[in-house]
Amino acid sequence: MNISYRWLQSLAPDLEGTPDALAERLTALGFPVEDIQRLSEGLDGIVVAKVTEVRPHPNADRLRVCQVDGGAGIVQVVCGAPNVEAGAWYPLAPVGATLPGGMQIRKAKLRGEVSEGMLCSEIELGLGRGKDGLMELRLDPADPSVQPGAPLVGTLGLDDVRLDVEVTSNRPDLLSHRGIARELAKGGDASLVEPPVPGGASQALEGGQAGEGAEGGLPAEAGPAAGGGEPGVAVRIEDLERCPRYLGLVIRGIRVGPSPAWLQARLRAVGARPINNVVDVTNYVLLETGQPLHAFDLARIGGGEIVVRRARDGETLRTLDGVERKLTPDMLAICDADTPLAVAGVMGGEASEVSAGTTDILLECALFAPGPIRATRKALGLSTDASYRFERGVDPDGLERALRRCADLVVATAGGTPEGPVLDAGAARSDRPRVPLRIPRIARLLGIPFDADQVRGLLTPLGFGVEQHDAEMLEVEVPGWRSWDVTREVDLIEEIARRHGYDRFPDALAPYRPGTVPDHPLFALEDGLRSFLSGRGLLEAQTPAFAPRGEGEVAVMNPVSAEEGWLRSALVPALLRRVEYNLARGNRDVRLFELGTVFRSSAEAGALPSERTHLALVLHGSRAPGHWTGDAGAVDAWELKGLTEAIGGLVPGDAAGGTAAHATANGHAVRPLAGGGSAPGFVAGEVFEVVDATGAVVGTGGRVDPARLDLPPWAGAVWGLEITLPVEPAPRPIPRVRSLPTHPGVERDLALLVPDPLPAAKVVALARSNGGSLLRGVEIFDVYMGKGVEPGMRSIAIRLRFRADGRSLTDTEVDGAMEQVTRALREEIGVRIRGG
Amino acid sequence: MSGTQSLIDALHALGDEALSAVSDASGPGELETVRVRYLGRKEGRISGVLRRVGEIPAEDRPALGAEANRVKAALEEALDARAGEFAGTGSGNEAGPAAPVRDRTGSSPAGDGGQGPGTRRGVLDLTLPGRTTFPGGRHPITLVVDELWEIFRGMGFTRARGPEAETEWYNFEALNTPLDHPAADEQDTLYLKGGNLLRSHTSPVQVRVMQDHEPPIRILAPGMVYRRDTYDPTHAPAFLQLEGLVVDEGISFVDLKATLAEFARRYWGPGTQIRFRPSFFPFTEPSAEVDVKRVYTDEDGVERETDWLEIMGAGMVDPAVFEACGIDPERYTGFAFGMGPGRIGMLKYGIPDIRAFFENDVRFLSQFADR
Repeated sequence: MNISYRWLQSLAPDLEGTPDALAERLTALGFPVEDIQRLSEGLDGIVVAKVTEVRPHPNADRLRVCQVDGGAGIVQVVCGAPNVEAGAWYPLAPVGATLPGGMQIRKAKLRGEVSEGMLCSEIELGLGRGKDGLMELRLDPADPSVQPGAPLVGTLGLDDVRLDVEVTSNRPDLLSHRGIARELAKGGDASLVEPPVPGGASQALEGGQAGEGAEGGLPAEAGPAAGGGEPGVAVRIEDLERCPRYLGLVIRGIRVGPSPAWLQARLRAVGARPINNVVDVTNYVLLETGQPLHAFDLARIGGGEIVVRRARDGETLRTLDGVERKLTPDMLAICDADTPLAVAGVMGGEASEVSAGTTDILLECALFAPGPIRATRKALGLSTDASYRFERGVDPDGLERALRRCADLVVATAGGTPEGPVLDAGAARSDRPRVPLRIPRIARLLGIPFDADQVRGLLTPLGFGVEQHDAEMLEVEVPGWRSWDVTREVDLIEEIARRHGYDRFPDALAPYRPGTVPDHPLFALEDGLRSFLSGRGLLEAQTPAFAPRGEGEVAVMNPVSAEEGWLRSALVPALLRRVEYNLARGNRDVRLFELGTVFRSSAEAGALPSERTHLALVLHGSRAPGHWTGDAGAVDAWELKGLTEAIGGLVPGDAAGGTAAHATANGHAVRPLAGGGSAPGFVAGEVFEVVDATGAVVGTGGRVDPARLDLPPWAGAVWGLEITLPVEPAPRPIPRVRSLPTHPGVERDLALLVPDPLPAAKVVALARSNGGSLLRGVEIFDVYMGKGVEPGMRSIAIRLRFRADGRSLTDTEVDGAMEQVTRALREEIGVRIRGG
Repeated sequence: MSGTQSLIDALHALGDEALSAVSDASGPGELETVRVRYLGRKEGRISGVLRRVGEIPAEDRPALGAEANRVKAALEEALDARAGEFAGTGSGNEAGPAAPVRDRTGSSPAGDGGQGPGTRRGVLDLTLPGRTTFPGGRHPITLVVDELWEIFRGMGFTRARGPEAETEWYNFEALNTPLDHPAADEQDTLYLKGGNLLRSHTSPVQVRVMQDHEPPIRILAPGMVYRRDTYDPTHAPAFLQLEGLVVDEGISFVDLKATLAEFARRYWGPGTQIRFRPSFFPFTEPSAEVDVKRVYTDEDGVERETDWLEIMGAGMVDPAVFEACGIDPERYTGFAFGMGPGRIGMLKYGIPDIRAFFENDVRFLSQFADR
C-alpha cells in the first residue's frame, strides 16, 4: 500500500515526525515500510511543456519531430514515444537538465534533426512503472498556474514522500490513508479530520469540511434532494448474503474533464494515474477511506433500475480493461433491468463507464461479502483495488460517510447536483460487536499485567470503546473498521501487546518443565548415518522431491513445471542426475548420499500417499584420491558391498513394523540376487539386495545400468544403493562385553581348489560347520584364477582360527579338526586341497 | 672453512651414492665391484677425496678424517648386510632377484636407514604429500539444522516429525486458516489428488503432536516444505523449515521472547540484539517477526553491526488451534516459531543463490566437508 506523507498530514493535524520516523513507527507497529521515496528527488530541472506541433521524422519511421513550448520559447524535440500529440502537455527535460537516473540532457542531432531537450515518461522520472510512452499531463487549462516552463514538481504537487507500507492480510482497515493515520496520530481516531478541498469553491462542500457526521452537499436520506428532482433509478438486491447493503446516489449535470491539480497530485503521489475528475474522485475516496466506489454513466443504465443479482449462465461483460468476461452464476453482478453492468466488487463494465460525454452519474457505494469476491477474483484472474479490499473486508459502518465524501468531491470538481434521496437497499448493521475481556487473562497470555486504565489508554485511540463491568471484566466495543479482525478476547490482547510495544516486554528466561514427546528415533539414526558416510568420504546431497513422469506414482496437480510433475518414489534417479551434472563439469570423483522422503500412492482413494525415509548413495571415480605412491583404483563392487554391510550394521529393526521380530531385527545383510539375477536399472549379475533380519528386502545396490546415464565418454562405472529406513528405528541392543582370551590360538591356512559354480560363502559355511567347537573363525584371504589352476576351478585360500578357553591347544586337536573340515569340503561339495 | 665443508659434503654425497649402489646390487659379484669402486685404496673414490686433505687448514683435518671413517664404516656395514642376504637366499649367482621392483610404499620399512623414492639422503622426504581420503560431510543445510538443534536440545526440546503430504485440514483449517481467507493464498500451495497437498509449512506437525501428546510439549520439527515458487536466487519450490512449539500451563509472551532471545544469543553470539515486530499469522496471536542484529569483527579488527536480519516468525498459539487439537486453551497456553535453516545458512556462509543447495556440485559441497 502506497501512502502519501502529505495526505497523512492533511488527515492527522497532530501528526509528528519525518517520513523516516513514521516509517520506523509503522515497522514497530507491525507494518514494515519497504520503501521511502521522495517524489521530487532529481526532478529540479524538469518543467511542464506543451507540444504545439508534431510531424514525422524525415529519416526515421519511429521518431517524431515536435515543436515544444517549454516556457523559454519554442524548441524542437525529437521524440520516439508513440503517444505524443499536438496540444497535449508533457514533462520536458530541457537542455542542461539532469534526469533522476543521472543522464544529462544535451543538444543533439537525431538522424539529422536537431533535438533540444527530452519529453519524459514516468519511468524516466522515477515516478512509477507507468505504461509505455510519455507521461501525459492532463492539466486543467483553467488553472492559472498551468504555464509552459513551470517546474514539474510544483505543478504536480510532487513535494511529497511515498511510503510503501506492507499491510498484513488481517488488517484491511490499513488499506487507506485514514487507517494509517489512525495508527500514527497522537490523538488517535478522534483527532482525525476530513481534509478540506484546496480551492474547493463549491457550496456543496461547505459542510463537508467539518468532519465526522456532517452531511455536506449530500441530501439527507429521507429529505428532498438538493436539486429537487427524482433519481430516476431504483436499487434492488437479490442476494443479501453477498451484498448486505447498497447505497446509490444520482448526480446530474456534471462536466467530465481533468481533475484539479491537488487531486492529481494526491493520486500521483501514491502511484495512481489520473483519468478524469469523476473516476479520480472515486479512487481518491477509496484511498482515503478504504471504501471502494464506482460511478456509472446514468444514461447507460437501462430500465431505470439497478439489480444486484447472480450472473446468469451465458452472460458476458466487457470490463473496463477491455476484456470480454464470461460470467457464471457463482458471480455477483451489478445489472440494469436486462444486462450486467459490473462484476460486483471487482470491476465495472466498459459500456457504462464515465466518459467525456457523460452528464449524469450514479455513484455506487456498497458492501460485498469477502469470500465470494475472492472466489470471483480468482475465477476471473482479475485483482483490483476494489476486490483486494472487499475480499479482506471493508468497514460496514463507513458506507454513508464514504458516499457523502465522494459526492462532495464530485460536485466540487465536476459540478452537478445530487438528485433525489440516497438509494439505500439492504440494511445497516444494528450494533457494533462487543467483546468481553478478562483482565487476568491478559497477564496470563502476555506475562505482564495490564489494568483497566492501561487497556483503555491503549485501545481507545484506535476507536475501541472500553467499558468496565467489574474488577476483572471489561467489555470492548469494536469499531466497524476492525470488525473483521477483532472478534475474540485474544484479538484484543494482541492489540494491547502491539500498542504497548513488543520491545517493552522483558525477556527473562524462566524454568520449564520437560516435555512428554520423545525425541523421534529416526533423527538419531539419520544423524548416525550422516556421520558414518561423511567419515567414509561421501558428501551429503539434497534434491527436491519432485520427479519427472516415470519416477513417481503420486502426481502434483499444479506442478511448477512438467519435469517436476510427480513426487519421487526413489532417491537414486535424482542422485544419478547429480552425477551427470558433476561429470559434465569435470568433477570425476563423485561420492554422494542423500536422506530423504519418498512417496507411494495409497491404495485407499483420497488417503494421503505413504511416505518413507530412504538412504541412497552413488559412487563414481577412484576409491581414494590419487597419490604419488600409486592410485587406489576405481570404485568397485567390493567397496559398495563393504559400505552397504557397514550401513546395514547401523540400521536397527523397526518398532513400527508391527511384530517383536521387526523391533528386534537388528542389522541388515547383503544378498546377491538369485542366479546372478537382475533388477531394473542395474547391470544384471552386478546387483544385490539388502535384507533385514526378518528376511524382508529393504534395499538394492549394484552397478547402475549405463543406458540410464548420460555421461562423458571417459566416465567409468557408476555404483548405486538405496535402502528404506525403519519408520521408527528400534533401540539398538547394548553390546555385552566378552572377556579376552587368556591363551594364544592357532591359525591354519588351506588353499582350496573350488569348482567354479560354487559360491565362496558356501565353502566358508561348510568349513565353519565342520570345524568343531574350537574353530573360532574362518576368513578368505586370497582368491586366484589362472596359471597353475586348472580351468573350471578357482583357488580360494582360507584361514582357520582355533582357540580353547583357558588352555593352550595341542597339535593333535587342531589336526583332527582340520581333517574334519577338509573331508567335508571334499566329500560334500567336491573341493580339494591345492597341491594336496 | 668453506673448503672443509665442501669436502665433507662431497664425502656425504659419495656415501649416499655408494649405499644406493649396494642396495641395487643384484649379487655378490656386483657387491665386490661396489666395494672396490668406493673403498679401494688406490682407485677408491672415498680415498680420492681424502687425498685432497692438503687443500684445507691443518686444524680442520682431524674432523675430516673422523667424518671419512664414519662414512666408510656405514658403507662397510651395508656391504656386509647385503652379502649376508645373498648368502641367506642361497643365490650364489648374479641372477638373484629380478630387476629392482618399484617400491610402492614410497619408503623402506622404518628403521633401516631409509631408501626408495620417498627418501632423500637416507631419510624420508617429508615435503612429499601424505595420503588423503575423499572429503566427506553433511550438506550445509544439515549443518545449520544440527547447530540449531544443539541449542534447542540444551533448552529441553525434543524432535518431532510429520508427513510432508498433508490434508487441507492439517495444513490450513486446524491452524485457524479458513480455505477462503487470503492468508491461505499467501503460501501458494502444491496440491495432490483428492484435495491433499504438500505441506506449505511445518506447522501441521504442531497439530499432530498436540493431538497425540499431553502438555507439557517442547518440540522442534525440522522438515521439508513445499510452495509453488519457481527457482530464483532466493526461492525454491522445496525447502527446509524448522518449527518449534512449547505448550504448558503458564507459558506467556515473555517466555516466547526469552526463549528466542536466548537462542539468538547462543547462536549468533552474546552481543546479538533481537527485535520483535508485530505481524500476522493465522495460527498465532499475538504474532511477531523476529529480527537479529549481529555484532562481528571485520578484517581490520573493527567491531561492526549487521543490519536487522529477519530470521523467523513466532507467536502465541491461537486458542482456535488448541481447540482444533483437543487442548483446553483456558488451561494451557503456548508459543510457536518457525525459521528457515537455508536462509540462515545463506547468511552464515555467504551463499548468494539458494539453487547452490540443490545443484550438489561436489566442489560446493566439499567446502563444508569434515566440519
